[in-house]
Amino acid sequence: MFETLTDTLEGFFSKMRGRPRLTEKSIKEGLREVRLALLEADVHYRVVKDFIERVTEKAIGEEVIKGVNPAQQIVKIVHDEIEALMGPVDSRIPMRQDGPTVLMLCGLQGSGKTTTAAKLALHIRRNYSARPIMAAADVRRPAAIDQLETLGREINVPVVSDRGADALMVAMKARFEAAEKEMGPVILDTAGRLHIDDEMMGELREMKSRVNPDQIYLVADAMTGQDAVNSALEFNRQLEFDGIILTKLDGDARGGAALSIKAVTGKPVKFVGLGEKLDRFEEFHPDRMADRILGMGDVVGLVEKAQEAIEDEDARELEERLRKAKFDLEDFRKQIQMVKRMGPLREIMGHLPFIGSKLDQLDFDESQVNKVEAIINSMTPRERERPEIINSSRRVRIAEGSGTDPVMVNQLLKQFKQMKKVMRKMSRGNVEAFADALPPGFDQMAGPPPGTRRRGGKKRK
Amino acid sequence: MCPFGLFSKKEKPEEDSGPLEEASPGLLGKLRNGLAKTRRKVSGGLRSVLSLHRSIDEELLEELEEQLYLADVGPRAVMRYCEELRQAHRDGHIQNTDQVMDFLKDLMRDDLSDWDTELHLPEEGPAVIMVAGVNGSGKTTSIAKLASRFVRSGQRVLLAASDTFRAAAIEQLEIWAQRVGADIVKNESADPAAVAFDAAESTLARDYNVLIIDTAGRLHTRRNLMRELQKIHRVVGRKIPGAPHETLIVLDATTGQNAISQAIQFNESIALSGIVLAKLDGTAKGGVIFGMKDQIELPVKFIGIGEGVDDLLPFEPEPFVEALFD
Repeated sequence: MFETLTDTLEGFFSKMRGRPRLTEKSIKEGLREVRLALLEADVHYRVVKDFIERVTEKAIGEEVIKGVNPAQQIVKIVHDEIEALMGPVDSRIPMRQDGPTVLMLCGLQGSGKTTTAAKLALHIRRNYSARPIMAAADVRRPAAIDQLETLGREINVPVVSDRGADALMVAMKARFEAAEKEMGPVILDTAGRLHIDDEMMGELREMKSRVNPDQIYLVADAMTGQDAVNSALEFNRQLEFDGIILTKLDGDARGGAALSIKAVTGKPVKFVGLGEKLDRFEEFHPDRMADRILGMGDVVGLVEKAQEAIEDEDARELEERLRKAKFDLEDFRKQIQMVKRMGPLREIMGHLPFIGSKLDQLDFDESQVNKVEAIINSMTPRERERPEIINSSRRVRIAEGSGTDPVMVNQLLKQFKQMKKVMRKMSRGNVEAFADALPPGFDQMAGPPPGTRRRGGKKRK
Repeated sequence: MCPFGLFSKKEKPEEDSGPLEEASPGLLGKLRNGLAKTRRKVSGGLRSVLSLHRSIDEELLEELEEQLYLADVGPRAVMRYCEELRQAHRDGHIQNTDQVMDFLKDLMRDDLSDWDTELHLPEEGPAVIMVAGVNGSGKTTSIAKLASRFVRSGQRVLLAASDTFRAAAIEQLEIWAQRVGADIVKNESADPAAVAFDAAESTLARDYNVLIIDTAGRLHTRRNLMRELQKIHRVVGRKIPGAPHETLIVLDATTGQNAISQAIQFNESIALSGIVLAKLDGTAKGGVIFGMKDQIELPVKFIGIGEGVDDLLPFEPEPFVEALFD
């Protein structure tokens, strides 16, 4: 495996930190590493070249050499330059007042247009007081219409389709229907091709001129290589899109496309798709992405998520109980539910500094957490409050109720006991012991990397 | 429905000199057509670089480097090629810019030449091929093309619709199955491994020659989904000993260096036997395969060069590199 960009930058900067003074030579040496890392992250060659030139110029400038903490300043320069490459961006969708707003999606085949159409619809319904409608204007791909219809049913958004019509007619019909029912915006899912060709561009251009969409979004796969720039340039030349929706950012693609496309087309990434589930869709924040790339983690994003998911009162109450060491299994269950409301654990971890980049090395299993929850759910309120009363016959009942086995129930109880102990310590300021006390499913996130022995709950099949 | 017709119409006027017009018929010609854009990208650039320069110097190397990067050849391979070029120049093996292209061509060909690109299917009994890859890489289409190859050679082909995740994936495979003349086993509500198992049973019971298993696209970083793949892999092996006989990963040629990461991680879970490099007919260059050797030993067995059912060709290193550099 190659190192991630973050690893490389971390290595580079920690090397710099170890030196009393930075020389021009050492900066250049380090930036060579950064250059390779960016190229391995599929950032476009020309963009890398410019980027390194700019950073070198600034880093070697006397402001840095004379500064109090040169390495920190270089981190900041690289951070700011990465951010500048991708921003600024305004992800709000302007809504038309005099009729349905039309949003047109375009992009290559396999970039994730159809899924993105549904994600965008859900995003709009949740964040704007609007009733979106989707148009299956991809009449070319086998089963594309079925796919959009299935997704539409899943999120309860109407889909306009017509298997006998051409794409333009479907788009017109959708707009007409939206106007009639006072719905909108209309999201157009258009046909992709494997690559840019005249026929597709002709179709899209015609659709643009006849349907006159308010916004055109290019849907692009985050894993695309140097070609990302070529196709984005061509789409922009022909259609002048307004922004980019970057998909599949939940893999280990290092977002090279995100860095390149704005630099080359001048059009910003506005949204990112993060997973298969339809609510895994976010507005794009260049500063947070820069943080992520540099290994600072997207702490702001995490805090926002946490705020959304945890009602203040609950949290305060929990904290109170924690401090008084009254924390019982019922509280623990609440906590699990809070964390789950924040989204898949994998995604939460991705927001954390120095873990995000190493996610792929961690093997954690969300179902373990669900099992823990199931076990607690199968307990009586009294058992949750006073786990010590759980004897072997209660254990068997709980195991049966939760579809687990008594050994697992036992393990959870043991770990809970340990956890309480640690919490008591923690309330006195001893944070280190925390990782040891996490229940199964949690331990793998904070535990040592695979290959080394894990402490605490052994994973069970 | 004939992308190649379109291609040559569109491109001939642009191509003022070069081999596209005189593309020879048959396999090589088709490959050349499919790779026309790719070739122009690499060697058009290289040619212009080489014609501008009289001497071999750092400036020339840097421009060569740029052309290779733009073709998605990864940093490791690029640095290796450039280092070898430098060394060969120092040793006096390369005296002028004319020799640079030949030298580079040799290096790149060497990187691909010892790949075992054959499909290894059993002499007797049904052959089972499992196909995996990330979302949107072109799995289902590649499976259809692969099925079509077998059907055309007179084999009875069964497809297993084990992509029970993506909305309408089964319908898509069904449409393809009809189009190429293969049969299909499906069950929308079943577990993917159960579908594969049923398909393996039908293969034996109804005497199919080839079973091809479609799987849901998944990002290689999702461990639990990768475990689901392992299960499919295991389950067919239990029904038909030795199966799957080939486990192929479909890589999108437009993918950059991430393709290597995909190959490595899929390989860790289901022991891949080869690569199908899809979507090679665009402006994408698929140069990533040159860097693959540095990190994983996995041959490309097929390339997808168009949208028609017969646009899947066995990978051959010689013509592949020749077509890139011609």
